[in-house]
Amino acid sequence: MRIGVVTFPGSLDDVDAARAVRLAGAEAVALWHADHDLRGVDAVVLPGGFSYGDYLRAGAIAARAPMMADVVDRARRGMPVLGICNGFQVLCEAGLLPGALTRNGHLHFRNRDQALRVERADTAWTNAYEPGQEVVVPVKNGEGRYVAAPADLDRLEGEGLVAVRYAGGNPNGSLRDIAGVSSADGRVVGLMPHPEHAVEDLTGPSTDGLGFFTSVLTAVVAA
Amino acid sequence: MSRVVVDVVLKPEISDPQGQAVLGALGRLGHDSVRSVRQGKHFVLEVDGTPDEAELREIAETLLANPVIEDVELHLPRG
Amino acid sequence: MSTVDTVAHARATPDVEQPYGELGLRSDEYHRIRDILGRRPTTAELAMYSVMWSEHCSYKSSKVHLRRFGDLPRSEALLVGIGENAGVVDVGDGYAVTFKVESHNHPSYVEPYQGAATGVGGIVRDILTMGARPVAVMDSLRFGRADAPDTARVLPGVVAGVGGYGNCLGLPNIGGELLFDECYAGNPLVNALCVGVMRHEDVHLARAEGAGNTVVLFGARTGGDGIGGVSVLASETFDEHGPAKRPSVQVGDPFTEKLLIEACLELFAQDLVTGIQDLGGAGLSCATSELASAGTGGMHVDLDRVPLRDPTLTPAEILMSESQERMCAIVEPGKVEAFLAVCARWDVLATVVGEVTDGDRLTVDWHGQRIVDVPPRTVAHEGPVYDRPMRRPADLDDLQADDPAALPRPETPEQLAAHWLAVVASPDGADKTWVTEQYDRYVRGNTVLAHPDDAGLVRIDEDSSRGIALALDGNGRYARLDPYAGTQLNLAEAYRNVAVSGAWPLAVTNCLNFGSPEEPEVMWQFAEAVRGLADGCRELGLPVTGGNVSLYNQTGDVAINPTPVVGVLGVHDDVRRRVPTGWRAAGETVLLLGVTRPELGGSAWASVAHGHLGGRPPAVDLAAERSLGELLAALGREGVVTSAHDLADGGLAQALAESALRYGTGATLALGEDPFTALFSESAARAVVTTTDPEAVRVTAEWAGVPVTELGTTGGDRLAVEGVAELPLAELRAAWSATLPALFGTPEATVGSVPAGTVPTS
Repeated sequence: MRIGVVTFPGSLDDVDAARAVRLAGAEAVALWHADHDLRGVDAVVLPGGFSYGDYLRAGAIAARAPMMADVVDRARRGMPVLGICNGFQVLCEAGLLPGALTRNGHLHFRNRDQALRVERADTAWTNAYEPGQEVVVPVKNGEGRYVAAPADLDRLEGEGLVAVRYAGGNPNGSLRDIAGVSSADGRVVGLMPHPEHAVEDLTGPSTDGLGFFTSVLTAVVAA
Repeated sequence: MSRVVVDVVLKPEISDPQGQAVLGALGRLGHDSVRSVRQGKHFVLEVDGTPDEAELREIAETLLANPVIEDVELHLPRG
Repeated sequence: MSTVDTVAHARATPDVEQPYGELGLRSDEYHRIRDILGRRPTTAELAMYSVMWSEHCSYKSSKVHLRRFGDLPRSEALLVGIGENAGVVDVGDGYAVTFKVESHNHPSYVEPYQGAATGVGGIVRDILTMGARPVAVMDSLRFGRADAPDTARVLPGVVAGVGGYGNCLGLPNIGGELLFDECYAGNPLVNALCVGVMRHEDVHLARAEGAGNTVVLFGARTGGDGIGGVSVLASETFDEHGPAKRPSVQVGDPFTEKLLIEACLELFAQDLVTGIQDLGGAGLSCATSELASAGTGGMHVDLDRVPLRDPTLTPAEILMSESQERMCAIVEPGKVEAFLAVCARWDVLATVVGEVTDGDRLTVDWHGQRIVDVPPRTVAHEGPVYDRPMRRPADLDDLQADDPAALPRPETPEQLAAHWLAVVASPDGADKTWVTEQYDRYVRGNTVLAHPDDAGLVRIDEDSSRGIALALDGNGRYARLDPYAGTQLNLAEAYRNVAVSGAWPLAVTNCLNFGSPEEPEVMWQFAEAVRGLADGCRELGLPVTGGNVSLYNQTGDVAINPTPVVGVLGVHDDVRRRVPTGWRAAGETVLLLGVTRPELGGSAWASVAHGHLGGRPPAVDLAAERSLGELLAALGREGVVTSAHDLADGGLAQALAESALRYGTGATLALGEDPFTALFSESAARAVVTTTDPEAVRVTAEWAGVPVTELGTTGGDRLAVEGVAELPLAELRAAWSATLPALFGTPEATVGSVPAGTVPTS
């Protein structure tokens, strides 16, 4: 199984995402923002960081990179895509996921170990978890406050598109404690917290994050 | 060359912590008459020839602003 | 129409008055420049000399003392010594590490966010120029009283700046210090450390060699940043309009720096670089003169080719500009095309601006006219050197005689507990989460230990689990009481912090923050600090790999406490055996390693309980530090301790509280007949450890010659110490964690307090 990790100018957690992919048992494939070549990957991770310095809006410029045209096209045809932090911002800007991420309510960058509740355990990236399972992974962002118009939020909730929710405290003022959402078909997931930083006992607060990367192995094989 | 200004502001239903922070500071400075502050972005584009309003609106709505949360105001040169 | 002051014009007009005094040059220094050149300097030359001969760039007051570091015995671990951008240390398995700490104190006072941010940016480029990938940062911060209004302006901006820049570069912040003292009001200290890792064969040096090689400037465009100081020269350009007033604050762009890092590492990997230097203080003047001076000596630059952000800059301003995120490389002509292609791939602007020449002159042209023609060594390496007068501070005898042993002490169990709580909840002792939550500690996925652990520990090889540990310590109270001993205590503390993580200390760096060298008493403090550090390093067998000196840290006539911040780097053979600082499990034995004496001079207790600074700092015993270090390394290897915490500011009181609060595990302890001294003494060479096998620890400690005292057992939800009123952890935590949010705002409630200078970051 080959899982691509896209590097944009300013991507930072690409090495971490690639490590998580390897620890999950897949091959990590480096993808370059300016290319139009998905190199035959089965799934794609858009990593965290500050693509283009978060200038204009976080994720806005990266969402218009050449590689994203291919990612969007394949995602619409069912290829699993995971966006972490800045990657989530890119997916929202690219229109693959609903809503937007704005400046944290308290205006600070905040890095802490965060409890999350997995609301949907049937997506390509969360099927290794039990519904309602609580996991602890790091969260770290300055523009991670999930927002959408109230009617859109109601629709999201109604259609069960909230994938993960903050538990035990909301770190950034996200509406309805939303930490991550999925596409209607469950193939595209974006979240602000960083599961790729919770894949080793040595370096993470837990190994709870590994499930995101093992989930997709099952999802691709099943598809 | 003409100058086109695009202002981008958060939609009214989206809360604006930065604007609220400024409002709080104004209160502490004694400027009690200010009721609300909304912070936005101001772009100045220098365009060759006569600006094409439709093209500029597309630029404003697809790149400069995120239509999920932001509105745009386009200011074309008069004339 | 402007007329530029050319070399020919300078020759023709020897009597033109030049504003050397306003540029900070003394009359004898100005006349030495005239002697070197055999004529008056041009405006551009005067600007170059003035900034390169400044204290900041030339180390003219400190050089005679810093030689002591170079005189230390040669260490086998040292691959590149003092004198380069940063020293390089062999950490085994073919890996080399370079680390350095640098101050950005004054800019951070003027504009806290940008000052701190560009401080991080500068030190990261220093590490990058050695050929290393930067892998982590740390910060050592000092502010005035925590409750002073100006601290509320400066601190949030500095913290946001350190975080904003480092986070955006993708460098984990793995530790540091945050301390407060009245003496830093109007003069905060912002010292940033960066550490980088490379293979032995990748070490790059800053020198321009090979006539015909090209000089490439790459990174950001050049603007008017940081040249406020030379704006006096505006009147010298004979320009009828004159340039606009220039900002003295540099503005950072971490995104560009991130691209610069990746581009540089790719350039190194493809062997496209002969020599490289970053542009920091004194910008292009410094980079070109240092590169030429360290090489064969000749270089020519066409200033017209420098990409500008502001077309109104004068040539002198272009040479002086401190615009951030720029580098200068020496590239063989045959490799220029490949060099430019790598830069293009990373969207980094790169421009050939000159070439290495035969001969020993640095020449600069502007619009085809020669405006600089100097021997580069006289600019970069042969500036003035002063052996300034020194005098032991007149108040030192009285200060040392003012022994805190005479201060009233808490006597009842309740008073002891109240003082304990006060020390732990004081701004210096309190939980620093408010700060460290703003820093990314996880990025790159190799952070094994970070704040609040005593040392930062980073894995450098995933296969072998080899790692490096780092600690930064700089107690200014001790150094005020005795700069020689105080500096050694800082060295000892950083050494100990590295050792408690299970790593073996290998090398030392430093950032020496002092007042004005023109004050003999300050100069004496400085000389004593350097002598103390050099002697301490000799005794511990550690090389000093480099350092930074920051002088003129004073407000009016009042200097800061001498603040020598010492950094120690250690190597860890297997980071999986790291020793954490907190207590996790109940039923483990708590042991104190080392000897406690009644030593309260400069202590946190005297400061917090009585606002007192006097007496002598704790005795230095580096042999005991070394034994303790060997013991901790052995305990880590044997895997017989479950936690270890160094004892320093706040003594055992602070260490016990932090160990208990880390994972919420209390303890029942007996500290002997004098719990006051046991809790608050700051005797050096001590650590507290927990173990399930106290006998094994005792055996190893006996081998190492370190005394062991059993204090009690972990467990419960309180610190129950015989003779001291019980402290429930909930109460302790509430006090400890409330201090900084109460002073600087809880994030949830901050709507209404935008940190000064904060820019949006995600």
